[in-house]
Order: sequence, then structure tokens, then C-alpha cells
Amino acid sequence: MSDHKPTGIKRWLFTTNHKDIGTLYLWFAFIMFFIGGAMAMVIRAELLQPGMQVVDPLFFNSMTTMHGLIMVFGAVMPAMVGFANWMVPMMIGAPDMALPRMNNWSFWILPFAGTMLVSTLFMEGGGPAFGWTFYAPLSTTFAPASTDFFIFAVHMLGFSSIMGAINIIATILNMRAPGMTLMKMPLFVWTWLITAFLLIAVMPVLAGAVTMMLTDRNFGTSFFDAAGGGDPVLFQHVFWFFGHPEVYIMILPAFGIVSQIIPTFARKQLFGYASMVYATAAIAFLSFIVWAHHMFTVGMPVAGELYFTYATVMIAVPTAVKVFNWTATMWKGSMTFETPMLWAVAFVFLFTIGGFTGLMMGVAPADFQYHDSYFIVAHFHYVLVTGAVFAIIAGIYYWIPKWTGNMYDEKLGKLHFWLSTISVNILFFPQHFLGLAGMPRRIPDYAVQFAEFNFMSSIGGFAFGLSQVLFLYIVIKCIRGGEKATDQVWENPEGLEWTIASPAPYHTFETAPQVK
Amino acid sequence: MSASKIMRKLFSLLCAGLVLLPASVFADYKLNLTPSVTQLGQDIYDLHMLILWLVTIVGIVVFAVIIYSLINHRKSKGAVAAQFHESATVEFVWTVIPFIILVAIAVPATKTLLKLEDTSNADLTIKATGWQWKWEYEYLDNGVHFFSNLDKASNDARQMNSGTDPRTVANYLLDVDKPIVVPVNKKIRVLTTSNDVIHAWWVPELAIKRDAIPGFINESWFKAEKTGIYRGQCAELCGKDHGFMPIVVNVVSENDYNDWVAKQKKMAAASAAGASKTWSKADLMKRGQEVYNTSCAACHQANGQGLPGVFPAIAGGKITTGPVKAHIDIVVKGKAGTAMQAFGAQLNAGDLAAVITFERNAFGNNTGDVVQPSQISR
Repeated sequence: MSDHKPTGIKRWLFTTNHKDIGTLYLWFAFIMFFIGGAMAMVIRAELLQPGMQVVDPLFFNSMTTMHGLIMVFGAVMPAMVGFANWMVPMMIGAPDMALPRMNNWSFWILPFAGTMLVSTLFMEGGGPAFGWTFYAPLSTTFAPASTDFFIFAVHMLGFSSIMGAINIIATILNMRAPGMTLMKMPLFVWTWLITAFLLIAVMPVLAGAVTMMLTDRNFGTSFFDAAGGGDPVLFQHVFWFFGHPEVYIMILPAFGIVSQIIPTFARKQLFGYASMVYATAAIAFLSFIVWAHHMFTVGMPVAGELYFTYATVMIAVPTAVKVFNWTATMWKGSMTFETPMLWAVAFVFLFTIGGFTGLMMGVAPADFQYHDSYFIVAHFHYVLVTGAVFAIIAGIYYWIPKWTGNMYDEKLGKLHFWLSTISVNILFFPQHFLGLAGMPRRIPDYAVQFAEFNFMSSIGGFAFGLSQVLFLYIVIKCIRGGEKATDQVWENPEGLEWTIASPAPYHTFETAPQVK
Repeated sequence: MSASKIMRKLFSLLCAGLVLLPASVFADYKLNLTPSVTQLGQDIYDLHMLILWLVTIVGIVVFAVIIYSLINHRKSKGAVAAQFHESATVEFVWTVIPFIILVAIAVPATKTLLKLEDTSNADLTIKATGWQWKWEYEYLDNGVHFFSNLDKASNDARQMNSGTDPRTVANYLLDVDKPIVVPVNKKIRVLTTSNDVIHAWWVPELAIKRDAIPGFINESWFKAEKTGIYRGQCAELCGKDHGFMPIVVNVVSENDYNDWVAKQKKMAAASAAGASKTWSKADLMKRGQEVYNTSCAACHQANGQGLPGVFPAIAGGKITTGPVKAHIDIVVKGKAGTAMQAFGAQLNAGDLAAVITFERNAFGNNTGDVVQPSQISR
């Protein structure tokens, strides 16, 4: 079969090819990662020392809000969908995604939604400044006019995610090669199958929340306005019923990526494959019944607080099983430490630290003190940056030779790893101390006893930000050339993606492979 | 220099930095949860330490296994990969162990939580109402009532490029113009609610944090066992000046508390008397500027220009240069559905008259109008 493809801009606008669309998703995510990262630099610059020097408090709030929204909806989620597009068909021996035209649409909504979201910063009254959790009534009665554009952007992002999820489920359930039974699927495919169901379940809930906001703001309803008989706490329940599964939407595919990488470089089969699948499913199920642990201080009945404490700490069991399984996979392996493995090992260590603080905050009476402090900021950056983002970077180093046909620069890759891993800990570890000492989150200025650790954190932040520019350089360098990758790329890796040529031809598995 | 050399150099520099910094700069820096002056707070602290130790031990064990493996099971050392990839026994054991640890945490957690939520038999009840961006306190047992704003020194220093080094301001951002005063060793019930958006009332040393939600009244409590001044901040993002609405609780002996209450009542009576007086324009303007800076400048800005699209300008504003009656109305009653608060509840008639007079004559408005306290109707 020929490798014919359209050329120029039309190739990208009209493409229905899963590899092209995967590339588009990944580049979109990369651009948004830098935009959101630039906002984080503004935040850390203002917090470098006490006093107000760089931005006014309202713009600071816009920065924390947009940084969160862009990183969650613009960077991490699209990057994971990009991996799914590239890898799921190649891992299950399918020629493409099940619904290629919808695939095109679900990507091309994103740049418009992202542009609309970012454009709010330039509108009169400023962009959304109520936190990425947009609690009512700060986001309804008291929000700037640009909030309606934010709502529309969230709706569009939701369409895109739901269509992407439908496509992934349809592909995995219908297009597996003969012999590729469910329990033979690579773990990355499993984690994405479960993630896709989470997306379909909760994105409509988010759409409901923002629609209620829209009518509260413009059409005289009072869903979240106590003065009109509504309930501001209802907003938080609806939001976190979406929000908690959402954090697993970002981390489950990361588990999948790491579960592909560690066995390859330990030269040993993944330990406890079946328990990994069950643990993923258990985490997904638990994610629906723990949402109110984000809102222990809203004044719930004590029975509710007890229930949400017990349910929340239960998540530690399947998560611990996963960490133990990765450990046992490395145990008595024959390990080498190419760049993807370094990132994956760092993921196991640092994600575990984020998991520990998560367990601490799951316990209601203690959480009353951690809540809304820098402790939670440290926690979720450990699980999302050194968790999800580290896994994404690991995955890019792992599969980029297959995508481009070239090896990346191993020396620079390792430099990127060490710079990032050291700076990210200087950035986020002191935030634990700040939170325990009593510094609230989302403040543009702070009491002087918080000065030293904020300074340290900001320096770490600038270093981490700069390190990612190196990553951009490494990726571009790899695309443009480099040592040719073999078809297998690594030493005897497992999986169908390593049976095809490097770079992967435009069309693969037009004849389904037979899986034994 | 090769990449690996640069890498090694950077690494050693950073390691040296990490080791040296804590010893010198951070000598007396707080690393752990703030210790509390309440019994409940001590229980919470102990619970925090229990969980912290448990996860630290688990962490050390797991990380030690991984690190041992990373060092010894590497190809360069000639390690040959083993073939095992599952074990029902091992997997069962390491599912049960975390479960047992969780039960060990859940038992003390439940006890502490039940205590934390028991607000019965309080000696004194204080209602704390969050406003953008200050706290209103009402002592339900004796009628003492006042607003508590960020103190002037912090407020001046926190303005953009103020030229004041925050390190020279005592209790920067953690001081208020009027703290709440409570007696020691008494169970204080705190009711939290809000006038506008959601706030949260947090004082770490009293181990109390509760959301203040419009339309709801939440209950929590503390019983300080040591006199002293305890400082906290709003914990829930509540808009532009979320970082600038601290909480200060002054815990004093019972006698001092009673004296303070008597003094508050006298001051309230004096302030009511001022409301019937007729003021000169100069006095109104002077007082008006003070009130404006405390109560209005956060939104309408110190120069009266407001923030386009968010907060309207006072300078040349439709209301501030229009009919006096409408101006008094909006200041006293606020504007529903916007951030404009009803200041009738916050300021006495004298202050209201002063600030309205100020707004009508400052920032180039020059209407010449003088508003007297007698014109203010609520």
C-alpha cells in the first residue's frame, strides 16, 4: 500500500488519519503547556518576594485561574488524547480509529475553544478570576462579563472530550485484531478504555454546571444564588462530581504509559497485569463516590464527613497495589536507564509522595487544617506535574523514535530529566511547609514569615520552566533528524507497535495481525 | 564542557545548596503543622503526626526496595531478568496491609471528627460574616458589633510598588484595625456566614477553619487554653482582595474581656450621639477621605477611577455627580446583583454622610453638595 498523503495545510485541516490527529493533539497540548506555563511564571514572579511588584491582585487571580484551566483542559487532557490517537490503533492492531471523521472534528474544536478561553484575558473587566474550580457566586453574580465566553469555551472542550471518548471506546471494543482479547490488551489501552467511560460520565455533569451558571448570570435563574432560593453549595457538589473523576481522567492514562515503559527497560513482564486492570477499574469506580472530600469545610453533616473520609482513604488500596506492582516489575529485572525509564522511575517516586499527601487530606479532621492552604497546592502539583506531566514526557521519549523514525538526543534527554526533576522538587516541596505553616492558596501577597520558602519555590519554578524549553528543542531536533531508529527501537519491547517500521507508515495494519 | 560535565556540576551545586540552606537561612523556619493552643487542635496535630509517620514508614520501605532494585538489578551489573510476573499470595498480602493501616487511621480520625463537630454547650457565640474584603463580628450574647479591616500599615505597604518593605511592617497582612476579643478557657462557638461570595474563617493556631457561605450559617468552635494574639486569614478565594482580609483573635483573661465589652458599649453610644450633630464641610471631607480609603478604595480605587468593566469610577460618575438622593440610596442600600455592598449596615450615619460628601466633591466632581448625617435614612 502506498504512503500517499495530501500535502500542505489541507493535510492537517481535513485529515482523518489517527497519526496526524495524534500529532495535532500533541502539538496543541505542547503550545498550551507553554502558555499555561508562562502564566505560572507570572504567578511565581509575583510570589518571589513579599509585597506587590509585578501584577495587580485581580490579574493575579486571572493567572491562577487560567493557568489551572489551560493546564487541565488544554495541556494534560489533549496530550493524553494525542497518545490515545497515535498508540491505541497501533497497540490493538487496528488500521485507524473507528470514527475517523468525528476524530477530525473533536480535535479541530479544541483550537477554537482554547483561543476563546485565552481571549477573555484581553476583554474589558479581565478574564475569569475565580479559580479553575469557579465556585459560585464568585463566578456568577460577581464575575466579569468575559465569564460567558469562558462558559462557551468549556462547553466546546466538553464536546471535544466526549467525542474523543466515544471514538476511543468504539475503537477498542470493535477494532481489536483477531486474538487480541480484552485481557491481552496493553495496559495503556486498558487505562484509556476506563478513562473514556469516565469522560462520558462526567463531562455532561460539567456542562450542566456551566449551563446553570449561564442561566443564573443571564436569564434570571437562581440555581446557585441563596437570595433567590438557590444553593451555592450545590455548585460545589455538581462541580466535584465532575471534578474528582476528572483528576483520574488525567492520571489513569499516565498509569498506562508508565506500565508500558517500566517492563520494557526492566526487560521483564509487567507484574500483576490482571490486578493492574482491576485496580484501575476500582480507582475509577471509587472516583464517583468521594467527591465531597474536596469540600469538608462547607458544613456537611458529620455522617457525611465520616462517609467521605472512609470512602476516600479506600482509594489508597488500589493505588498502593499499582505502586507495588511497578516495584515488583523492576525487582530482579535487568534494568537500563534510557531517558523514558528515568522519567518513569521518577514518576513512581514522586507520584507516590503526592499519593501520601492525598491520603493525609482524605482524613476529614486533619483536612480542616490542610484545606485551601499551600499543602493542597503542593499535593496536586505532585500528582499532576510529577505524575501526569512526567508520564506524558516519558511517553514522548518512549514513542517519539517510532513516530519520527529518529532517536532523540539521549544526552540532552537525560539533562532535561535531571534539570526538571531537581527543579520541580525545589518548586513544589517547600509548598508543603508553607501550607502547614498557614499560608492560604490563591493569594498574590503573603506575610513575611512565608518569604524564604516562596523565594525558593519561585527559583525552582523558573528553572523548571526554562528546562521545558530544552524539551522543545530536543523534540524539534528529533523530528528534523538524528540517529535512525530501528523498528524495535528498544531491546525486545512487548507490543504490536514495535512490529511495524520506524517511522510508522501513514497507514498501518490494513491487514489485521494475528495475536497469539 | 560536555553536557554530562555541566550536569554533574549543576547537580553538585544544587545538592550543596539544598544542604546548606536549611542550616543557615531556615534555622527557625516552621516545617510542620502549626501547633495549636486548643485541646482539639492538639488532637488534630497528633492525628496529623500519626498519618505522617505511617506514610513516612511506608514510603521508606517502598522506596528502599525500589532503590535497592535500581542499584542491583541493572543490566550493566550483569543482572538477568527473572521470569515471575504474578503471585496471588503476595498480591493478597499487599492489598490487605494498606487496608489495615487505613483502619488504624480511621479510628482516631472518627473520634477527633466527632469532637470537632460538637458545638454544644458554648459559653459565648460570635457570628462572623464575610464581606468583600473584611469581616463583620457580632457577639450574639451581648450585642457587641463591629467590622474588622486590614490595618492601615499593611494596606499602605501592599499597594503596587508602595516603596515600603513589607519586612518593616509589623505583622504584615496579618493585622486588623479591630481584632475580636474572647475570654480564655471558654468554649467559643463561631457562626460563619457571608454577605456576598464564599469566604472561609481560618485561624491555624486555634485549629478552626469553616466556610462562610451566603444563605447558610455554619457552626464551629474553639476553646483557647492560653492568652495571646492569634492570627489567620480568609482561606477561600473571594475575589480581588482575597489575600487582604486577615482575622485576629485576641484571647484575654475573663476580667479583661468584661472590661473590653463595657468599653465597646460606651463607644457605640458615643457614635450614635455623633449621628445627630451637624458637621462642617471640611470635617466631612476629612472624615470622608478616611472612610473612603477603608471602605471604598479597594474597588473604586484610591484615585476614584475604578476598574473599567469591573468597578465603576467615582470621578465623574453618573451617580456621584447626579441627584444626592440616589447617591445616598446606593451607598446605604447597595446594588443587588453586583459587588456594591449595603454600607448602611456597616457605617454610622456620620461616616456615611462624610463619605458621600467626599465622593461628591473629590476627584474633580466638585458638585458642592454637603450631606449631613440627618439626611441619611436607612
